[in-house]
Amino acid sequence: MSSVLKLLKEGESLSTGQLGRILNMTDEEVERELEELKQKKILLGWRPVLHPEANGDENVRAVIEVKITPEREGGFNRLAERISGFDEVESCYLMSGGYDLLVFVRGSNLHDVAAFVSERLATMGGVLSTSTHFLLRSYKEQGFLLAERNSDPVKPRVTP
Amino acid sequence: MTEISQRFVAKHVAGLPRSGIRDFFELVSSMDQVISLSIGEPDFVTPWNIREAAIYALERGRTSYTSNRGTPRLCRAISGYVENEFGISYHPENEVLVTVGVSEALDIALRALIDPGDKVMYHEPCYVSYHPSVVLAHGEPVPVATSAENGFALEPEALEAAWSPGCKILVLNFPTNPTGGVLDRERLERLAAFAVEKDLVVLSDEIYSELTFEGGHVSIASLPGMRERTVFLHGFSKAFAMTGFRIGYACGPPPLVESMMRVHQYSMLCAPILSQEAACEALLHGKDSVLRMKEQYQRRRDFIARRLNELGLSCHLPKGTFYCFPSVEGTGMTEQEFAVGLLKEEEVAVVPGTAFGAHGKGFVRCCFATSYELLLEAGNRMERYLEKIKKGNP
Ligand SMILES: Cc1ncc(COP(=O)(O)O)c(C=O)c1O
Repeated sequence: MSSVLKLLKEGESLSTGQLGRILNMTDEEVERELEELKQKKILLGWRPVLHPEANGDENVRAVIEVKITPEREGGFNRLAERISGFDEVESCYLMSGGYDLLVFVRGSNLHDVAAFVSERLATMGGVLSTSTHFLLRSYKEQGFLLAERNSDPVKPRVTP
Repeated sequence: MTEISQRFVAKHVAGLPRSGIRDFFELVSSMDQVISLSIGEPDFVTPWNIREAAIYALERGRTSYTSNRGTPRLCRAISGYVENEFGISYHPENEVLVTVGVSEALDIALRALIDPGDKVMYHEPCYVSYHPSVVLAHGEPVPVATSAENGFALEPEALEAAWSPGCKILVLNFPTNPTGGVLDRERLERLAAFAVEKDLVVLSDEIYSELTFEGGHVSIASLPGMRERTVFLHGFSKAFAMTGFRIGYACGPPPLVESMMRVHQYSMLCAPILSQEAACEALLHGKDSVLRMKEQYQRRRDFIARRLNELGLSCHLPKGTFYCFPSVEGTGMTEQEFAVGLLKEEEVAVVPGTAFGAHGKGFVRCCFATSYELLLEAGNRMERYLEKIKKGNP
């Protein structure tokens, strides 16, 4: 794995300059490595991880279990890709078990999300059924715990 | 009042020097924005599965004493772990003793083995407890210097030169706090041969062994002829980031472990049961976390060692632990002046090397178990400080 990627995966948000300082690389070398990771589609892109309640007007989220009919050619792919195309859809996975696709959607209010499901998703040819669950509260986002943990005042600053 | 009460204090305790670490701690505590490179523990919190095991134990009402030796389950887990990782096999029933950290293990080993006046050899700079623990056990400390030129390894010749009749115990700590030094197999074999020749018993504090970055770790107890004369000391504080759990262990031949057990049963009774439960989880399911943390320490080490050298603070690459031990001699200051100046001028705390014995003169210890952001900033602040010194107005 690229050294830049390993360092990024540790999860501290570091600038290109900082990455370079730590890895003894010039800014250009870091940029080049990042570019290469993008070209190879290893690094898909950057998103800030926001506190779900700080997500402006897009803070209603739901997961939808979708049953679809597989097709002779391509199986589930065509429909899955079609569903994934909508801006409301944050992620979409093919699942084993009782349904086929698990779709994460986001909207500004309950009505928006409901409308997406009933007008866009459920009406699509090949979609057999949907089952929508709204997210009530988040405890961990992309590896970040949301519960306040006060930084530890008992920990001494000099120890043997 | 203090003077009146002072006369009650035992002479050998009153005579112990105040820890340099404690002095420094008080100075640092009075300041606000300090970046501390002066801690001796991981910045990671204990991996969640281990913490969760302690919670579960509490939930199930596991709040009793345990057998003096430690729970049979933990003793078996330790025996298995030491066999797998170090290639030494200890019987869980009579060759393993669970202690309250390596701190206790070392203390009771010294108390169990020292007759008043016995000499105890150890390499220096070293962990702050060795000297006082020997004194408290009525032994005579015999420090042997290690030096930056050979990566702070203990040279068999230096040990031989420091030896005199009456030397009974050799304490080893590789990888070493505070230097990050390690021992290669060749030196280790020569030290072992010397221990056999002089009939020394070896206390090997291998608390940083999992954090060996290059070359793999070899325990002296695994060398031919050494098992019978070695007490292997290890713990959970560093590799598993479990300092607050206060748990460690000693392994050795039955007579040695039994002698420690005698001291342990009357002074400590047993290690806390919750920590023992957590320790089982650590040994059975903690390996991935250890490797992940180690990899991160290694990246931090590569950065900070390079940075210190860039700044002109010449620093050997520590092959283990999470400490760098750069020389500050180039600045023309003593380690104490440097550390106090750096703290006051730029609010970065590093520990003066003499806190780890007289042979730490001219060095400071920088712990790199901290975030990149703080390491980067600490580097910048040190750079500013060194520039001020150069201009002659620190
Ligand atoms: C070399 C060495 N031995 C022992 C200890 C104490 O370890 P424990 O937390 O297991 O008592 C430390 C802690 O700093 C250490 O550096």
